[in-house]
Amino acid sequence: MTGFMTSTTSPSPRDRAPTSTTFSRALGIAALVGIGWLIVFGLFLSPNDRVQKTGVRILYIHVPSAWLAYLAFFVTGLSSAAYLWKRTRSLTWDRIAGASAEVGVLFMGITLVSGSLWGRISWGTFWTWDARLTTTAFLFVTYIGYLAVRGLGGTHQQRAKRSAVLAILAMLEVPLVHFSVTWWRPLHQNETVENGKLSGLMLFSLFVGLIAFTLLYVWLVLHRQRVLTLLDQVDDQGLDVAIAERRNEAVAADVTVQEVSS
Amino acid sequence: MIGMLHAPYVIGSYVITFAGIGLYTWRMLAQARKAARQVPPQERPWT
Repeated sequence: MTGFMTSTTSPSPRDRAPTSTTFSRALGIAALVGIGWLIVFGLFLSPNDRVQKTGVRILYIHVPSAWLAYLAFFVTGLSSAAYLWKRTRSLTWDRIAGASAEVGVLFMGITLVSGSLWGRISWGTFWTWDARLTTTAFLFVTYIGYLAVRGLGGTHQQRAKRSAVLAILAMLEVPLVHFSVTWWRPLHQNETVENGKLSGLMLFSLFVGLIAFTLLYVWLVLHRQRVLTLLDQVDDQGLDVAIAERRNEAVAADVTVQEVSS
Repeated sequence: MIGMLHAPYVIGSYVITFAGIGLYTWRMLAQARKAARQVPPQERPWT
């Protein structure tokens, strides 16, 4: 083990990308190609909108990132339920939940920032306390809280159980955000795609964005859950070393007591 | 093509998006390399 840690030879491809496999590399390349397409279609090939002019181009990253955040939080909730159910209980579900929540927070942050820039163009302000924006910000803060709870101390099983309960509760917020535009009729527009407001190259650009972000999401979650596995293994090693040290100290103290008493 | 009027907002949103994703990915892979130094390859379930 020590030899492994102090090796001075040049790192192998496996060490340079320890969470990679052939499948994940292919997925990563597909995601990169998708992002390239998204930039080309989103910024150059798609036409301007009649009303929003150039501002519509933000749609191609804003909508996919929002959908991916929803998907990520749904996967977090589902994986958490799988962990809590005794028949499927495994720390892999907990790590998938944690990885998906992290990526979901990233996409939700992108949604808020891109939406804020789009809002400046459409409404003349970066932020307004309308129902969609407020519920989205609330969802974002909730999942930051979820990640903070995952970082609290305890065993892996304690972490998994408490964060699984929180994830299932937090998932209930997702429909609240999604339907806020129909329940409260805020400043934020209704669903663009479902109402058939997009067509032709604009609709195609949006789907390119959706596919690119979905591939990216899968790639990120795959790698992140592997990183979490590695971190858990490092944690376990640290615990094993600490237990061995305490045992050695106890044995040494026992020997000293016997020597003194004899 | 992008009109000049809203170009800073449009380009800014794309730059922030991909810079954010890039930064997160770089940090994650760096953390993976650091952790992997302490875990032998045979203990990684995906290899």
